Amino acid sequence: MSERKIRVLIAKPGLDGHDRGAKVVARALRDAGMEVIYTGLRQTPEMIAEAALQEDVDAVGLSILSGAHMALVPRVLELLKANKQEHVKLFVGGIIPDEDAPRLLELGVMGIYGPGTLSETYIKEIQQAVLGAA
Amino acid sequence: MELAEAVLAGERLALSRTLTQVENDTAEGRAALNALFAHTGRAHLVGVTGAPGTGKSSLVNQLARYYRQPPAGETPKSVAVVAVDPSSPFSGGAILGDRIRMRDLAGDPGVFIRSMASRGSLGGIASATAGVVQVFDAAGFDVILIETMGVGQAEVDIARLAHTTLVVEAPGLGDDIQAIKAGILEIADVLVVNKADHPGVDSTERALRGMLELAHPLARTFVHHGRVEKVAVPEAAETKLWIPPIQRTIATEGTGIAELVEAIAKHRAHLEESGGWQRVERVRLQSELDTLLQEALIACWRTKVPEGTYLEIVDQLVERRISPHQAVEKLAPCVDQT
Repeated sequence: MSERKIRVLIAKPGLDGHDRGAKVVARALRDAGMEVIYTGLRQTPEMIAEAALQEDVDAVGLSILSGAHMALVPRVLELLKANKQEHVKLFVGGIIPDEDAPRLLELGVMGIYGPGTLSETYIKEIQQAVLGAA
Repeated sequence: MELAEAVLAGERLALSRTLTQVENDTAEGRAALNALFAHTGRAHLVGVTGAPGTGKSSLVNQLARYYRQPPAGETPKSVAVVAVDPSSPFSGGAILGDRIRMRDLAGDPGVFIRSMASRGSLGGIASATAGVVQVFDAAGFDVILIETMGVGQAEVDIARLAHTTLVVEAPGLGDDIQAIKAGILEIADVLVVNKADHPGVDSTERALRGMLELAHPLARTFVHHGRVEKVAVPEAAETKLWIPPIQRTIATEGTGIAELVEAIAKHRAHLEESGGWQRVERVRLQSELDTLLQEALIACWRTKVPEGTYLEIVDQLVERRISPHQAVEKLAPCVDQT
């Protein structure tokens, strides 16, 4: 009965309370056969990294609409690394201005999926990133 | 064997990885379980079950908080939480949302929360939950809270896994006939009426109490058609029996948690005094053995019977040429069909 399930943590760091997008993504990943750990609103980077460790996830998705992404994303990446979870793929959704995208990708973000992204796109990219790395 | 050693040494990443391997039933996971099993048997396994939305996750959050920050004079206990949510029967995916209610526990190294998808199991927990619990037990957690997915009336696997089972009810979920039906209420060691600030809590508690009085010989007097009736109970029965207490809680506020923790501790003491602990351990391990045995026998049988033969029998069955029992006789001749 051995099987490999992709486990993804979906979290909303920061203070904005709009979690519609995070829920839509969580649902789409579920329908793609993934196990999605949904942590809800107002998570600190520390809480996110701790949950990623306890749940041994393959990927973490952050939904940020507050404009704090340039502070939150590097912090989460740093904490994942400190926990020896460099292999965990990080993707970001929400409102990320185009001019910030290159810097985030350079830091090691796997993908940036703003409003309007087709679910097929991120599902495929997450599957490739996780299973390709395994 | 490195993984098991790291778990015993208290490394959290190794613990987490081991849980994944056990959950996926890999060779590595089995090896780790074999190495860890001798170190199990110390933790108190507490099951928390009940219908969806009764407040199981919030209750687990509060229980864990209480164990971590007990009143002055008591030693804090380390707590592992295993929270099971259902897998989609269509995609096999799952949304595991129990952590949302457990954010109070973040940042505490004495707590480890792991979400599990049911992966097709129908008994309220996943088939790998027993293994996951063993890993936590070996890792030295004092209390392991096992939260089942929201269940209905008959998902009682948790009673075979846990030492102490809490059944969580909330006002407004059904009348007293629901309470005397067979199934989930029978497995309760402690009954919790959560959301005790909601209307209808008195009638919920009354229905549960009525159910308990039907099931257990409680010494009491009552007035029936104007006459005082006495129910006497043989003394021996009274001392040995565990009568599930009913605890009111408001999990969102933490009300009633201290009393609930006390009831859980009393149940454990009762098990230890009455010899029930060994009995529960035996039942638990035997039921796990039986489950694994079934899986192994089926896997073994599949290697022995060619796929073609199997499909042929299915064809005969569909054409109504043989009955399901006859099909089993043909496919598994060692199974005596009397």
